[in-house]
Amino acid sequence: MKIIEMSATALGEEIKKGQIGVKEAVKAYLDQIEAVEPSVHAYLDIDEKKIYARVKEVEKGIRQGKYTGPLAGVPIAVKDNICTRGQATTCASKILNDFVPPYSADAVEKLEEAGMILLGKTNMDEFAMGSTTETSAFGETKNPWDLTRVPGGSSGGSCAAVAAGEAPLALGSDTGGSIRQPSAFCGVTGLKPTYGTVSRYGLVAYASSLDQIGPIGKNTKDCGALLDVIAGYDKRDSTSIQRKLYDFSKDLGEDIRGLRVGVPKEYLSEGLDSEIKKAIVDAVNALSQNGAIVEFFSLGMTDYVIPAYYIIACAEASSNLARFDGVKYGYRSMEGTDLHDMYKKTRAEGFGKEAKKRILLGSFVLSSGYYDAYYLKALKTKALIKKAFDEAFVKYDVLLAPASPSPAPHLGESLTDSLKMYLSDIYTVAVNLAGLPAISMPWTLDSQKLPVGLQFIGNCFEEKKVLQAAMGLEKIRGDFPLAFAKEEG
Amino acid sequence: MSAQRIDDTVMENIEILAKLSMSEDEREEMRTELEKILDYVEKLNELDTENVEAASHIFPLENVFREDEVTNGDAQEEMLANAPVKKEGQYQVPKTV
Repeated sequence: MKIIEMSATALGEEIKKGQIGVKEAVKAYLDQIEAVEPSVHAYLDIDEKKIYARVKEVEKGIRQGKYTGPLAGVPIAVKDNICTRGQATTCASKILNDFVPPYSADAVEKLEEAGMILLGKTNMDEFAMGSTTETSAFGETKNPWDLTRVPGGSSGGSCAAVAAGEAPLALGSDTGGSIRQPSAFCGVTGLKPTYGTVSRYGLVAYASSLDQIGPIGKNTKDCGALLDVIAGYDKRDSTSIQRKLYDFSKDLGEDIRGLRVGVPKEYLSEGLDSEIKKAIVDAVNALSQNGAIVEFFSLGMTDYVIPAYYIIACAEASSNLARFDGVKYGYRSMEGTDLHDMYKKTRAEGFGKEAKKRILLGSFVLSSGYYDAYYLKALKTKALIKKAFDEAFVKYDVLLAPASPSPAPHLGESLTDSLKMYLSDIYTVAVNLAGLPAISMPWTLDSQKLPVGLQFIGNCFEEKKVLQAAMGLEKIRGDFPLAFAKEEG
Repeated sequence: MSAQRIDDTVMENIEILAKLSMSEDEREEMRTELEKILDYVEKLNELDTENVEAASHIFPLENVFREDEVTNGDAQEEMLANAPVKKEGQYQVPKTV
């Protein structure tokens, strides 16, 4: 098996045994990047000199017993809204075009402590605002399964990189589905952890009460291993949570006998692509045949998740993005006649259209006279959404859901109607509002040979159940084809 | 509901809050899009939230306090390295008055 076809955990094992060298592994990925990057454009920045300097450090660390974990020596791609000390972090925005962070995110520090090697920074929707990676100021990423289609978003670069064999693992961030939806479009596996599980320190904030960093990989086991690395309490993130256990991938089994799976009826109603619906029904049958107890039920509140999400996310975004003022870092317009004029022009020239729209919407819903009718109403709706999930998890261990109502759209199709793009987040945003963990895994290919993904959603702190359910379904499914292997074959 | 419509005064106010300058065309395009989204989110009014407490956070959180201590005092140069314009160890901005 070629290095780039191996799972990250398998590669880590071979490196540990000395069967594959760290440099050899990194070189295999850099070669693949060189071959496919011109057509995929998953990355915004790759610094080979830095990579090879880090390879030497990691080789030495492994030899000396400093790096002993299962992912030591394994390369990884990181979404460009996660700060990397000394390496540009742009959020795919012109306003942060030349920003080089003087510190690393907690998650990046943890990758380094685990002996992993940063391959590069990946493309995304500007400030993670979008579902296609087309709002990036630096060009779109293409779906490795079909280069005329989007990879999804906002972590489209990270998911496309894993799908195209340009990285064995990646970090993404998920505010309303930004890990799970592109994972589904790209045929890879991605996990959004329980809110507060991975530190947000060094993650450039979009909507702070919803943002979570999470792993993206070729399979569930890899995602679990990476979650083990990046999760942990961090005092630098005031919403970080001290959990009892952090060994998510320990003793992960594939046994789903007796697992209580709920399928929200609302998720299978109008608006869902017929082939995706069929895929979900097939998954339900497969789970039942293998001993899981599957039931359709009414979750409720599903019509209200998108309005609540966009009000809350935009409100927080308008506040978080106030820091980009052309003073301390990033782009500054030189046209400003005085301080306020400089602010207004810097932001007008630095932000893209989608970011501006969300800042304006957020400013509106938080403004005097509208706050109660919109923002407060949305926060109350959020409480009701959480309650609906609480009730569901009394009866079920996990919920099974589609990841997206349709397969990956063609490039350019989504941006003309942003409301339609927002509506496509129907199956993912509720998870963020309720703070829940959820995994998106590829299940089958549709008639156009595009991946169809599905989600397992768990109650707060129950990543293990979510991972276990995905492992079980993965065993039934077998290995999922790789996008790049398809290209060669 | 007419109150939700973004008239010129409201539009001007949110532009000030958002600190964004916009051309006439851009303003009209944004106004149209924002109104479309606001029409859609009206859906929330179907819900009775009279006795519901707003959920800012999912978990009960307490304020996290710490001493206000400088831990990166020797990083002035590094912090200033990203400044678009700087002078004598400080950020420089256009005149304010």
